[in-house]
Amino acid sequence: MNPTQPRPSAEAQDAFRRLFASKIVVLDGAMGSMIQTYKLEEPDFRGTRFKSHSHNLQGNNDLLSLTRPDVIEKIHSDYFAAGADMVETNTFSSTSIAQADYHLEPIVRELNLAAVACARSAAQKAEAASPGRRCFVAGAIGPLNRTLSMSPDVNRPDYRAVTWDQVVTAYTEQIEALLDGGVDALLVETIFDTLNSKAALFAIEQVFDARGDDARVPVMISVTITDASGRTLSGQTIGAFYTSIAHAQPFSVGINCALGGAAMRPYVEELSRIAGCYTTCYPNAGLPNAFGGYDETPADMAKVLDDFAARGWLNMVGGCCGSTPAHIAAIAEAVKGRAPRMLPQAARALRLSGLEPLAVA
Amino acid sequence: MSNSSSSAASAFLVIGERTNITGSPKFAKALKAGDWDACLAIARQQVESGANVIDINVDEGLIDGEATMVKFLNLIAAEPEICRVPVMIDSSKWTVLEKGLQCLQGKGIVNSISLKDGETEFLRRAKLIRRYGAAAVVMAFDEQGQAATRDEKVRICTRAYNLLTQKIGFPPEDIIFDPNILTVATGIEEHNNYAVDFFEAAAIIKKTLPHARISGGVSNVSFSFRGNNPVREAMHTAFLYHAIRAGLDMGIVNAGMLGVYQEIAPDLLERVEDVLLNRRPDSTERLVKFADDLKAQQGGASKTEIKEDLAWRNAPVEQRLSHALVKGIDAFVEADTEEARQKYARPLEIIEGPLMDGMRVVGDLFGAGKMFLPQVVKSARVMKKSVAYLTPFMEEEKRKHIAGGGTAKPNGRVLMATVKGDVHDIGKNIVGVVLACNNYEVTDLGVMVPAEKILATAKEKQVDIIGLSGLITPSLDEMVSVAKEMTRQGFTVPLLIGGATTSPAHTAVKVAPEYAPGVVHVLDASRVVNVVSALLSAQKKPAFMAETVAKQERQRVEFGARHNKRPLLSLAEARARKPVFDWATVDIPRPEFLGTRAFSTEKTEGHESAPISHLPSPISLNEIVDFIDWSPFFSAWELHGRYPDILTDAVVGVEATKLFADAQKLLARIVAEKRYTAKAVIAFWPANSVGDSIELYADEARSRLIGHFHHLRQQLEKPAGQFNHCLADYIAPRNSGRLDYVGGFAVTAGHGVEQLAAEFKAVHDDYSAIMAQALGDRLAEALAELMHKRVRDFSGYGKAENLAMKDIIREKYRGIRPAPGYPACPDHTEKPTLFALLDATAATGITLTESCAMSPASSVSGMYFNHPDSKYFAVGKLGKDQIEDYAARKKMSLAEAEKWLGPYLDYNPA
Repeated sequence: MNPTQPRPSAEAQDAFRRLFASKIVVLDGAMGSMIQTYKLEEPDFRGTRFKSHSHNLQGNNDLLSLTRPDVIEKIHSDYFAAGADMVETNTFSSTSIAQADYHLEPIVRELNLAAVACARSAAQKAEAASPGRRCFVAGAIGPLNRTLSMSPDVNRPDYRAVTWDQVVTAYTEQIEALLDGGVDALLVETIFDTLNSKAALFAIEQVFDARGDDARVPVMISVTITDASGRTLSGQTIGAFYTSIAHAQPFSVGINCALGGAAMRPYVEELSRIAGCYTTCYPNAGLPNAFGGYDETPADMAKVLDDFAARGWLNMVGGCCGSTPAHIAAIAEAVKGRAPRMLPQAARALRLSGLEPLAVA
Repeated sequence: MSNSSSSAASAFLVIGERTNITGSPKFAKALKAGDWDACLAIARQQVESGANVIDINVDEGLIDGEATMVKFLNLIAAEPEICRVPVMIDSSKWTVLEKGLQCLQGKGIVNSISLKDGETEFLRRAKLIRRYGAAAVVMAFDEQGQAATRDEKVRICTRAYNLLTQKIGFPPEDIIFDPNILTVATGIEEHNNYAVDFFEAAAIIKKTLPHARISGGVSNVSFSFRGNNPVREAMHTAFLYHAIRAGLDMGIVNAGMLGVYQEIAPDLLERVEDVLLNRRPDSTERLVKFADDLKAQQGGASKTEIKEDLAWRNAPVEQRLSHALVKGIDAFVEADTEEARQKYARPLEIIEGPLMDGMRVVGDLFGAGKMFLPQVVKSARVMKKSVAYLTPFMEEEKRKHIAGGGTAKPNGRVLMATVKGDVHDIGKNIVGVVLACNNYEVTDLGVMVPAEKILATAKEKQVDIIGLSGLITPSLDEMVSVAKEMTRQGFTVPLLIGGATTSPAHTAVKVAPEYAPGVVHVLDASRVVNVVSALLSAQKKPAFMAETVAKQERQRVEFGARHNKRPLLSLAEARARKPVFDWATVDIPRPEFLGTRAFSTEKTEGHESAPISHLPSPISLNEIVDFIDWSPFFSAWELHGRYPDILTDAVVGVEATKLFADAQKLLARIVAEKRYTAKAVIAFWPANSVGDSIELYADEARSRLIGHFHHLRQQLEKPAGQFNHCLADYIAPRNSGRLDYVGGFAVTAGHGVEQLAAEFKAVHDDYSAIMAQALGDRLAEALAELMHKRVRDFSGYGKAENLAMKDIIREKYRGIRPAPGYPACPDHTEKPTLFALLDATAATGITLTESCAMSPASSVSGMYFNHPDSKYFAVGKLGKDQIEDYAARKKMSLAEAEKWLGPYLDYNPA
């Protein structure tokens, strides 16, 4: 693919692992709601390069890594300043499938490279500002707007709007670019259809396999529980989900988005009980209110996450939709000094899953 | 729930074999015929019969294995009752296995791989299986062939184990060996020890290859007795008994055809075990003879046919009642209630005992998100029918023992009403049902209930809680009035607020400050029981109210902050930022007719005196049905998601599908029996805009002004390049030199709705009653959509539209039909103007209440705009300058305008 495939430095990988061993790591907060505060307009999204692009580009937040890198880097910097140890690249929708909405499939590789550069630059500046501090960048891999487990057409429940091969191909392009850009970890997140995430994990393993073991970076996974029944949108319980992705030997597994922290509680507890890897949680700032905003204050969120941390359930905390640097600062302050969760020694057993888990012990 | 839902260890995994084309002639037949429903039914039945995993095999010469596997797995993925269990993908073709792996979101099992094609291919496939995230069945098969003896089985399995775990790091716990269950009693001597070989190999493998599991296709062992199910069943049962003791962890079996070892007839068991354990040289002949005799006795009939799952009918009556409640089955409820009545001393004990026990289960499941609203309403229907059956007996009892006996003491009394001026009550009815089935005594005063009546009834019935409901914005004000009146009259019971336009914020800011004893907003029916039970519990109430009050205080502060944060533009500035159109070039279609035109599903024999043009044109309920947008139907039942995706939704899909099927059934009946009458009137008028109002003319010469539509303009400051919209902007200004047209409509499908709902309520079927109302609403909206299609056709451009129905329902066409009272034109008082111009009451029978709600409830009215750039928008907050200007245009007092537009005011009116 790329003649000069960069390898993550052994030192950085080591520092990354030491970080998780030493503390509850703090991830950043929302990107989208921060972008909104800049009140960017169509021309900002277009920049000069896409001035005459055939389709509207406003709302394509990932494009800003190319057209307004100053804004993206500033948001990353604000999160580092708030105390985040790691930020996510602005690449939630940087796949050819998601960018098809904007007819920007050809620039997917550039989008990912530019997004990593913004995050890297912010990380380097934050490190330079406080000698000795390490700041990390996780390559964010979003869920896609087409799903492999569900049909968009009720009259054809067997129909799928996308194929496994298409999904693997799209993710592969993104993963190659994120790795080439030099991310410290890959974060497959906001998973609502496990099969899509399995395709992403398949693609990651394929890329690692082709590049050799030195190219491996930690793979972090985060699922979204969409409602009170405690299931993913595609119907799995948290236990079934973990069973379905455990083969990827993730560095961490966690829950993000959809619910506020308090509503996630039983699922975080369950995941912490069963997961053989690090566990993470970065909820929304509560549920959307009657006005479409998010109500939880920094103190609210910090309180919930600190409670989880105090119970020894977590290794990484952060925020999703509606959270801001103020939230992250409060969360970082709250969990400071808390001991990270110890990895449990899980008994070897054949574990299977449909929508529900099944273990043969 | 079967044991498969538990993540705890299960002793032995049953892998259902009925969806294996080689194991099930019925499945083979259905699959070849392309009868997918039958295939799914077989899969479902296996899971219901207790299969922990289902085996799927579609290997057959004439079938395209890859496509068929993918299609069947995708179909199963849409059936939560099937796909809750893991899948075993079974094929002798690797390409079929790999395609199957690409369809499984869960962790399944691949059946199978082996060393048959050599080490390289074996490891390549194993590596891919790992990457796809599945476990693997490894057959005891190598380059030389299938292992039959104990030592061959152990040797091949050991070699495979070492390759997998040492060369590619395959987790040993994900390896499942199939050491080949081969057929015994074939008459060939070498076969006699096959079962023993299997048992012994299994034991050794379990001991020497840590964490690996053992599986096998059990039916194979009895293949020589095919056609004789009693013998086969006994053989399988006995084989499993011994194999499990040897270390078998799972087996591919017919989940519905497994007996109990201890129940096998001793003479049969002896002969079967002689064969399996190879205990005597003549064991085969003896079993064959015994089998023939047995077959002759039973006439070859199989006793293992699976019956309809009515096993619950054999349980004691209490359990049957509880089962019927939880499952919402009303077929047997009267008979069961009668049986219980014979058994219990007093009818009340049945209500307080088994019935309430069942409803408690329902309440718990609903609260935990494991049951959905339609199921709860069906449960309530069963409850009501049972109570209705008991009521005469209880009254009789009361008469007999006047001094004795109490009454069924409810948990509390709740009074509910839709407030004055509002006619919408589906949500309120649902809340009532949910409360009633939690043993609250509900008094429902219906719709359009004035405050005086609500409060008088509350006193008379000594209710513990009052609940107010409303859908349209003027109802928000009416709720505030009721709260004020409750304070004045010295009420102390809690007040609940619910309904579509209500919100926690509005309740906190406007209602709660008017009534100190407590006002609580209830989001939907799923929350109401928690709220009511907290409010009626002396222990829980103080904390609950303290929390509610604190939350409301926070909301008031936030509202205050919000409201100060974003100053509005002045009306003059907002008008300066209206969208600019080049009116010389805008396409203004001239409609085919001017004035009104009526439509009706009623036969139009009508008045002989009426000129033909005044008779309504015929429409049919059938053509309206095509225009139904089903998504809001599911919302009405608190199932959230977009149709049709919701039918396959992993969480609510099953219930949504059932609800949809029930809806289709009732809808078919409504159409066939013409239970509802639909009527519509539409019109086009020559028009021009003047400022923010639209002038309507009697003719194209603009000889006479016949009325105005007054509109409101957005005042929130927008980013540069965006406009402050007003509906009048979509009509050519009078000074543009061009004549434009505006349309109007009023439609209803509501005639007959309340009557049908009342019929259902009379037989205690609230489920169908609510369904009848919900369908009325959908038909009204669909009729509005259908009429809009006609209007676009009458305007010309619609004829070239070429949109699929789903795109019509998603409003992908040109033009809009905003309705007064909704965000683009929030003032309900435009409705009287519209109705007068349309002569709507005469044409459709729709009347307006004092709050300008339309009665019957299943009605819609609004205006049509054909402008190519017309879009729906929300007017949002309005400043005092605009309200003053608007009041002047409408010729109403400022106070009156403020009252009607209350929720939109950006200021506190004097």
